[in-house]
Amino acid sequence: MSGQVLVVDHLAVSVAGQQVVEDVSFTVPATGITAVLGRNGVGKTSTLKGVLGLYQRTGEVTLAGERIDALPTHKVVQRGIGYVPEDREVFARLTVSENLALAERQGSATRERREMVDRLFPDLVQRRDQMAGTLSGGQQQMVALARVLLNDNLLLLVDEPTKGLAPLIVEQVIEALRLASATVPILLVEQNLDVVRRLAGDAVVIAGGRVVHTGSASDLLSDELLTQRLLGVHAESGEVRP
Amino acid sequence: MRISKIVPAGAGAAFVVLLAVLPLLSVSLPGILPGPTYTPGALQLLALCMVYASLALSYNLLLGTGGLLSFGHALYFGCGAYGLGILLERTDLSLWPAFGLTLLAAGVIAVVTGAVSLRVTGIPFAMVTLAFAQAGSVLVRRNPGGLTGGEEGLSLATEHVPDALVGVVHTRNLYWAALAVVVVAYLVVLWMDRSRVGHVAAAARENELRVRALGLQPYTAKLVVFVVGGLIASLSGVMYLLLQSGTVPRSVGADLTITVLVMVVLGGVGSRWGAIVGGVLYTLLNQRLTLLAGSDAVESLPAVLHVPLSEPMFILGALFVLVVLFVPGGIAGTAAKLTGRGGSRSGTTVLETADSERELEEARP
Amino acid sequence: MSTIVLLLATGLGLGALYFLVASGLSLIYGLMHVLNFAHGAFLTLGALLGYAAALRLDATSWPGFIASILVGALVGAGVATLTELLLIRPLYERHIEQVLVTVGLSLASVALFEGIWGTDPTFIRGPAWLDETTGILGARVPNDRFVIIGVAALVLLAIVVFLRRTRYGMIIRAGVENRAMVTALGIDVRRSFTLVFAIGGAAAGLGGVLAAHYFGYVSPSLGGSLLIFAFIVTVIGGLGSLTGAAVASVLVALLQQFANYYAGGTGDFVIVLALAGVLLVRPSGLMGKAA
Repeated sequence: MSGQVLVVDHLAVSVAGQQVVEDVSFTVPATGITAVLGRNGVGKTSTLKGVLGLYQRTGEVTLAGERIDALPTHKVVQRGIGYVPEDREVFARLTVSENLALAERQGSATRERREMVDRLFPDLVQRRDQMAGTLSGGQQQMVALARVLLNDNLLLLVDEPTKGLAPLIVEQVIEALRLASATVPILLVEQNLDVVRRLAGDAVVIAGGRVVHTGSASDLLSDELLTQRLLGVHAESGEVRP
Repeated sequence: MRISKIVPAGAGAAFVVLLAVLPLLSVSLPGILPGPTYTPGALQLLALCMVYASLALSYNLLLGTGGLLSFGHALYFGCGAYGLGILLERTDLSLWPAFGLTLLAAGVIAVVTGAVSLRVTGIPFAMVTLAFAQAGSVLVRRNPGGLTGGEEGLSLATEHVPDALVGVVHTRNLYWAALAVVVVAYLVVLWMDRSRVGHVAAAARENELRVRALGLQPYTAKLVVFVVGGLIASLSGVMYLLLQSGTVPRSVGADLTITVLVMVVLGGVGSRWGAIVGGVLYTLLNQRLTLLAGSDAVESLPAVLHVPLSEPMFILGALFVLVVLFVPGGIAGTAAKLTGRGGSRSGTTVLETADSERELEEARP
Repeated sequence: MSTIVLLLATGLGLGALYFLVASGLSLIYGLMHVLNFAHGAFLTLGALLGYAAALRLDATSWPGFIASILVGALVGAGVATLTELLLIRPLYERHIEQVLVTVGLSLASVALFEGIWGTDPTFIRGPAWLDETTGILGARVPNDRFVIIGVAALVLLAIVVFLRRTRYGMIIRAGVENRAMVTALGIDVRRSFTLVFAIGGAAAGLGGVLAAHYFGYVSPSLGGSLLIFAFIVTVIGGLGSLTGAAVASVLVALLQQFANYYAGGTGDFVIVLALAGVLLVRPSGLMGKAA
């Protein structure tokens, strides 16, 4: 048990009565970064939202030995999951410091963590009182990452953190994720295979609402044929296309 | 036609025939009808049930088929009642031309108000339709140029109405007319549900963006549903005027819309026969509860019981809350569950899809 | 000139009443996507019980008036809290059914009030000063207008401070923007649902007491008639926007007063036309989120 922080068993997810994830099972090791890969629209984001309970789900989800599949979202998160959503989802009409204050969970956020976040994202310190909606995409991503790094989590769910960002910012995001992964395991949805190659130890590939491959990320990405078949890309070209 | 379609259609036709011969029979339903079925009192009540049943059918077309939660549906009912009433009083038109002109006017009003209201969806749509109906209600109460009779209401000017439709002795004819109205309403709604426009509106209720992606026009389809619903409502309003020999401001107001909403939810949203049952049941209940409220038995109760029981709307409102909380599919949904026929959509599903289209879009990258 | 001043004062007073109803409606809709038809009943009950409290103490005295305001606000908050906990919460996320439940509640409660207090309006009295007038630029403005405007301004200020300066206020503002993300930060957003209902109910109950003084009577139908204008105000202002509700309340009430005076009592139609116009140009309202 000690080797795995999250066990997902026969997870099915539905939205407004329509099933968007059929039957997904995988595990996330207690250290390092695990990538979730798959073509557009196979249900990677829905899988994360199903784990969090943001979408209706059935099946078993176990976090560090505790079943969380019947808990409402806020309790799932309180058990120690940090979520960085696709498109950042910062609160545009709240200031940066309000966005961060809102994310601090009682008894979880400490002064050391706050200082660590300030060191990691000096940009945000300067822009404390700015409305988050007026930040650039990269800065908003920093806010979204800072929100989860402020707390003591068992696992981070990070959804396409480099999407639409300039190369320089992508480097910063990679750096932040690498640093975070030293203390907390991360489940990472990422389309940019170059980022996956540099960060992820393990990979889970979803296709047609099911897991079709699990294993080492580097083995997968070095196998040109397998990558081509599962993701529809040449591993060298980097970006996954639909 | 397959057997499975012929049987219910046959049963429906047989039921209509049964209702049609009812005035010739002497059937007593004590506690429900005030007298045997050939008496004017009983026929009047049954005809009123049918007026509300057709109004409920038209509302079910909006809510059940189109997913449109309108709080202004009474406006079109009022257009029918007041439109015909004013034309008969102020012009020399005879009943049929006045009737045609009334429907035309109601149709125009429905097109204009519908076109504006459908600019928004969901709850904002509900509020906007409410505002339009409120404007109509205010207009009627203000009594512009003495046209509407203000709070007193308008009574039917009978000079241009055929004698066969006037007076207590002819209640039987009015009853048949009301039956015809409900049958027409049912057939039109059925036809709409099965038409291409109805399918597009229903599909837009489930998933508006996908319908647009297919190159269809959900806006137009919804507008057609809205206008046809409005026309059936005004037809019911016309029948109401003839049956009641007049109309009052209540027939335009938000109260009536809410009443119809209660009927449809009681019957089961999305079910045509549920709407009919809801309309009939509500009308009968309202009648009986009003009698109960005035009865000596209730008068003699202590105030804690006597006050709520003497208010029919309190009982109906509370009943409605309980149905929404505990019987989500209404009568039709419960009947479908009991008979094990999962084929028809339940009210809950209809309401959910009317509401959550946007979330579904988010889920599909 | 004096007519214009009088119309402005009366319009602002009416706008203040609209705001007291619309602020709660807008917050509730913004956070929970619930259209609260029972809001009028909160107002009516606040007015009825508020006046009953005033009568206990002596309606013409200031302590009686202040007690009626406090009782109105407390009753509104209490009944709104109960409504949220007992009727809205069990239907979590089923927005249309939540609307239907408030419709049923409003029907039942108005009927119940009629059963208890009768359908006829009860004409009320307050401290004598309220019925007197003050001269401004030649216009004799009834004093109760100033009180109503002042109280509404205080309520606006209090809500703004609460939303800006407290953690719950922050949660509500964030929830109006993106409720799912608030829960994904580990926050139980349902607590703030109860809270906005309580705040909205308090404002409505308070509004009920003031509306009784504005119109000079209380009756079971008091809330229903104000509610419809408050709906129009919230749509014009932009659903979910408190500032929008405040601005639209004033605009709608002034428009209504001036049209009633200068255009032969057409105020209500002008407002509905304004609503249609706003929807055609900006379907999300003056200050609503872009659609």
